Amino acid sequence: MGAMTGGKAIEERAAVTPARAMWWRYAVVGGVLIVFLALVTTFTHGAFLDPGNLVNVLRQITYNAVLAAGQTFVIVTAGIDLSVGSLVSLCGVVMAMAANALPFHGIVLVGVVLLIGAAVGAIAGYINALPVVRLGLPPFITTLAMMLMARGLAYKLSHGRPIALNSDAFNTIGIGFTLRGLGHLLQMPGIPVAVLWMAVVLIVSGIVLARTRFGRYVYAIGGNPEAARLAGIPTRGVVTAVYVISGICAAIASLLLMARFQSGSPQTGYGFELTVIAAVVVGGTSLFGGSGTIAGTFIGALLIGVLNNVMNLANVESYTQDIALGAVILLALILDQLRKRIWQ
Amino acid sequence: MAQAVLLEMRGISKTFPGVRALDGVSLEVRAGEVHALVGENGAGKSTLMKILAGAQPADSGEILVDGAAVKIGGPRDAERCGIAMIYQEFNVVPALDVTANVVLGREPAAFAGWLDAGAARAAARSTLEQLGIDLPLGALVGRLAVAQQQMVEIAKALLRKARVLVMDEPTAALTDREIDRLFETIKTLRARGVGIVYISHRLEELPRIADRITVLRDGRVVGGGTLAELPQHAMIRLMVGREIDQYYPPLPTLDAHAPVVLSVRDLRSGSAVRGLSFEARAGEILGMAGLVGAGRTETVRAVAAADIPSGGEIFVEGKRLRARGPHDAIAAGIAFVTEDRKGQGLVLGMSVRENVTLPHLELFRRALGFVDRAREKTVTLDLVAELRIRTPSVEQRARNLSGGTQQKVVLAKWLTRRARLFLFDEPTRGIDVGAKAEIYELMVELAKQGAAVVMVSSELPEVLGMSHRVLVVRDGTIAGVLTREEATRERVMALATAARGAA
Repeated sequence: MGAMTGGKAIEERAAVTPARAMWWRYAVVGGVLIVFLALVTTFTHGAFLDPGNLVNVLRQITYNAVLAAGQTFVIVTAGIDLSVGSLVSLCGVVMAMAANALPFHGIVLVGVVLLIGAAVGAIAGYINALPVVRLGLPPFITTLAMMLMARGLAYKLSHGRPIALNSDAFNTIGIGFTLRGLGHLLQMPGIPVAVLWMAVVLIVSGIVLARTRFGRYVYAIGGNPEAARLAGIPTRGVVTAVYVISGICAAIASLLLMARFQSGSPQTGYGFELTVIAAVVVGGTSLFGGSGTIAGTFIGALLIGVLNNVMNLANVESYTQDIALGAVILLALILDQLRKRIWQ
Repeated sequence: MAQAVLLEMRGISKTFPGVRALDGVSLEVRAGEVHALVGENGAGKSTLMKILAGAQPADSGEILVDGAAVKIGGPRDAERCGIAMIYQEFNVVPALDVTANVVLGREPAAFAGWLDAGAARAAARSTLEQLGIDLPLGALVGRLAVAQQQMVEIAKALLRKARVLVMDEPTAALTDREIDRLFETIKTLRARGVGIVYISHRLEELPRIADRITVLRDGRVVGGGTLAELPQHAMIRLMVGREIDQYYPPLPTLDAHAPVVLSVRDLRSGSAVRGLSFEARAGEILGMAGLVGAGRTETVRAVAAADIPSGGEIFVEGKRLRARGPHDAIAAGIAFVTEDRKGQGLVLGMSVRENVTLPHLELFRRALGFVDRAREKTVTLDLVAELRIRTPSVEQRARNLSGGTQQKVVLAKWLTRRARLFLFDEPTRGIDVGAKAEIYELMVELAKQGAAVVMVSSELPEVLGMSHRVLVVRDGTIAGVLTREEATRERVMALATAARGAA
């Protein structure tokens, strides 16, 4: 066919590229965050910017951010996983029982317990996905059913009581600090180990979603499932995998919670799924699928975490906190929508 | 015939970031005329009509209705001015019946907001009668044929007292018989003094229906006049800005001893394909003709494993293909270019690069499942140049491209890895002349390189002009096979429509 036209010339002209649109999104969300921070620092008379407090914020968002990373995969395929809150409690109970029953110690025990928890989360995710990919049931329903079943199972296994850990192997994860050198620079004992776990989960999932073949398939399926199928993508396998990933993230979040409170409790994780979805959506992921990033999700989780923290510092009554949180989530989404309108 | 000017658009201009979509376009529609608006994809037809419909504001220019300037800021303004649109994708509500659809938004209300069902039926019936259309008022619109849904749309517009009706590619999905009926309806509307803006890529149908023509190119009016003043070749020259003397490129000579690439035996799939056998050789372009619903699309879908066949055998280069999904067919060297590029061909939110490499990501694999983006970009840039894809960048989202350009991206997607067998389903539907010619050239090129090409098309001239052999499909079986010399319009139609055993 035709002569080679200059590829360079084609490339150099400006365009609304996905990457560029994404940066605008960050700019808007980030801008809101900064204005907000300026306000709250004044309100709390500087208490917010205390390094100890900042670390506290990061530690508080670890669970939400880890769950939200998994949820991002699911939502990018245009799915939803409502079972994560219950899975946190089920995995916690199972892991605490395993930790108390197994003959291992130290890091080996942590590793084995995590594997067991991850297996529980993965199986639950698989069960979530099976009716979705085989029968075309809406994930809203299958994960709602799992939400009930997992919670019930957690209560049954634990007889309704928190299971206290006998081992001290989880202390480091729960309350330990690392990177002391960096910590001293910030006048802190270090970076909490749990925050490091969160960073690892976010970075790994961010890379997988953005740079790998699997990640590309996740976007393609969310964007146009039929085109994806006709392109030879194993759509059933990929969709199953995202629910499994979400289940494993639930297990990791559950381990962090268990380490923090030295017990696995059937009562943890109530309502987590809603905060998690809020973080993902505030972070710019469309509920219709096909777009979204882990970086955005982290910003979403951070925004919600900062908001909670600041209101605590300012002694805002907890009912008022809920109202404010809801309003800010709505505002973030309205701004994002306006940005899209103006840009197009 | 100097009828009153109903609608006038004067000096309309519109700029999108980086593109001057319309540049001082003027258009005038008189009462009782059919005014054809033609131009290649991206020439500005859609933008002009969106401005008229109030879906987008113009940067400058004015719109006059009955000689008075009006401001169309939204669909409601357009309706108030008596302007109605019938898009390619209809705006009917499938779950409601014909009556409810026709009166939608104009429901006759009885006391306190209760629907007056009797009055609604009467209104719907009288509207359909005025159009001379017979439709079951109680039937769910979702169950109706495409042509009937279109009639519902026209009735809807008439009930709203539309005086200017814009029709975008109204014949694209219709059979010849349905087109005849549509043209009858258009003539009825014309006799009632409705002005019609008729957008179509099928230039050969314009002499039957249009009174005047306006040709757009690159956002400007480049010509126009009555039909007598503008024969088809002149129209094409205006549209593409150059002479296309050879519409269909010469086909390469077919080697009768070339190896058989595709062999299909007694193929069955769903209820549409009922025992169908044929072969395609290397270097051959095999046209598949037949009426809508004859089972052509279903046949190529079954070969591509988009649907899993329920019976029969498929051999690719002599090897039995037992595909459990599209993946296996692709691995066997089959490329399937679907009919519906937005629904099945492209992920609209993804970039050109990501769309092009989607079926072949394993070719861009690096360690740990990473995708080699630099190589993706190189390969895509080469294809963009080879197919002359008009995109500002390979990172442009597919959503922002015009129809013809999108179709070329779909083609590029299947050229990344040269397949042995190409299945094209309506490859030029809704595409402008220039892009059509390029797609024909590409098919010939693929055949020359030794691939087998199977092309499903509802446009007879295309089938006749582009096929070494023509396979006529009827009721899910082969009604006949014609060589290039034997294939005439009449014989193909006779086979496609005849009762069994005839022709």
